[in-house]
Amino acid sequence: MKGEITALATIVALTTGAGAIAFAADDWGKFQVEDRRSGYTYATAETQAMQDDEFANPAMLWVEHGEEAWNKVDGEAGKSCNSCHGNAAETMKTVGSTYPVFAKDIGKLENVEDRINRCRTDNMKAKAWKYDSQNMLGMVSYVKRQSLGQPMSVKIDGEAAPWFEKGKAFYTQRRGQLDMACSHCHVDNAGNMIRANTLSQGQGNGFPTYRLKWQKPGSLHRRFRGCNKQVRARPFKTGSDEYLALELYVMWRGRGLPVETPAVRN
Amino acid sequence: MQTKMSRRAYGSIALAGALTLAINVVWAETMKYEVVDGEAINAALTDQAGDAANGKKVFLNRKKGNCLACHVVSSLSDQPFHGEVGPPLDGVADRLSPGEMRLRVVNPKVVNADTIMPAFYRTDGFERVLKDFEGKPMLSAQEVEDVLAYLQTMKE
Ligand code: HEC
Ligand code: HEC
Repeated sequence: MKGEITALATIVALTTGAGAIAFAADDWGKFQVEDRRSGYTYATAETQAMQDDEFANPAMLWVEHGEEAWNKVDGEAGKSCNSCHGNAAETMKTVGSTYPVFAKDIGKLENVEDRINRCRTDNMKAKAWKYDSQNMLGMVSYVKRQSLGQPMSVKIDGEAAPWFEKGKAFYTQRRGQLDMACSHCHVDNAGNMIRANTLSQGQGNGFPTYRLKWQKPGSLHRRFRGCNKQVRARPFKTGSDEYLALELYVMWRGRGLPVETPAVRN
Repeated sequence: MQTKMSRRAYGSIALAGALTLAINVVWAETMKYEVVDGEAINAALTDQAGDAANGKKVFLNRKKGNCLACHVVSSLSDQPFHGEVGPPLDGVADRLSPGEMRLRVVNPKVVNADTIMPAFYRTDGFERVLKDFEGKPMLSAQEVEDVLAYLQTMKE
């Protein structure tokens, strides 16, 4: 098995072992809703502390970068995000907890990355940003940060329903030479060690997430690609319809969990 | 036109063949083998006897068996990070016959369709395999036999 299952990063020593000590077993406070647990509850106390402290959380640099870009005029229309949306703390408050959404005007599901790019190209007449570019990670992190602590609640009925069904089917489809589905690791084996990693429920409420292994934040779709590749499956493109549908399903799995952006993980 | 026709003809012969063989013989680009009562592959996949020492290497190698990713083996306690996804393999040779173990390494889905354990000697029926691994089994027939020789040392 490739990737993180085989990787013996130095951080392993730091992140395996005792696990969190801040909570008693089975009492994860806001990080657990019914049987749904944030990846936070599977992280070590050190990793949790890094996420909790705004000054120690390395991903806050990207949030700050996003905040600057929010107020900066870019593109031929001479506008910034702020020109149309004003105070992000108010206007973006529910974005992180409700996306992806079905966007009627384009007739498809849209996540925060795609929505940002649509604003850039259509409203600002500026260039689209690439997934996982510094600019995109910064802006998505800043926008989702405005929903910090909001319970996740994506809409899965109406026109979103077929996307939801597609994502749900994806989740249990075996893939790759290792012939595994997402559910094998994140439903059947959450809490079990696979090599040096404790499997979590694979929740999406902390993205873009700062991974110690990456030494930077990454999008949820980047994580999907990694999970596909580690079972030796051909990944889909970031932003593909397949991953958008999967994003909706994954966000629904985490309904009620608080938005944690930017989370820190092993 | 000519090639299309003959390819189609070939296809239906192969299909008919697969149907009659499906009862208990499995074809792939791997060697053929016989599953007895859905429980065991009693015949060795190769003529050469399995080599337990090499089997241990294949078992541990993270790009080959990587069996410790999911199984605890007490006699390998010098190795870090034994997984908890599968049952501990201590004493497995007391519980299972060599043929039963062979089937579980070759294609454990015959025993349990829902299992997370990969099939280590299968090439068909996969979805979106990365190019480098397409059409190849995870282990060669001889590596499977070597791993089996190693598993047979796991007695209590
Ligand atoms: C072979 C096991 C395996 C499979 C199959 C797998 N993953 Fe993962 N996944 C991991 C490991 C290991 C991690 C890192 C530790 C953790 O959070 O579970 C991870 C992490 C994640 C995370 C990050 C969780 C967080 O809190 O930051 C998400 C999201 C995720 N996986 C989604 C998926 C999806 C969707 C699929 C299917 C396309 C999938 N995984 C398939 C092993 C797997
Ligand atoms: C991704 C996880 C995973 C990997 C990798 C894995 N196994 Fe397994 N294995 C399992 C699980 C889970 C079971 C339990 C049976 C089931 O699921 O049907 C199992 C069962 C077995 C059994 C039967 C044990 C018993 O007591 O009945 C044997 C033998 C076995 N595995 C050997 C191996 C060998 C040898 C390798 C490597 C070449 C390997 N496994 C790799 C998950 C795994």
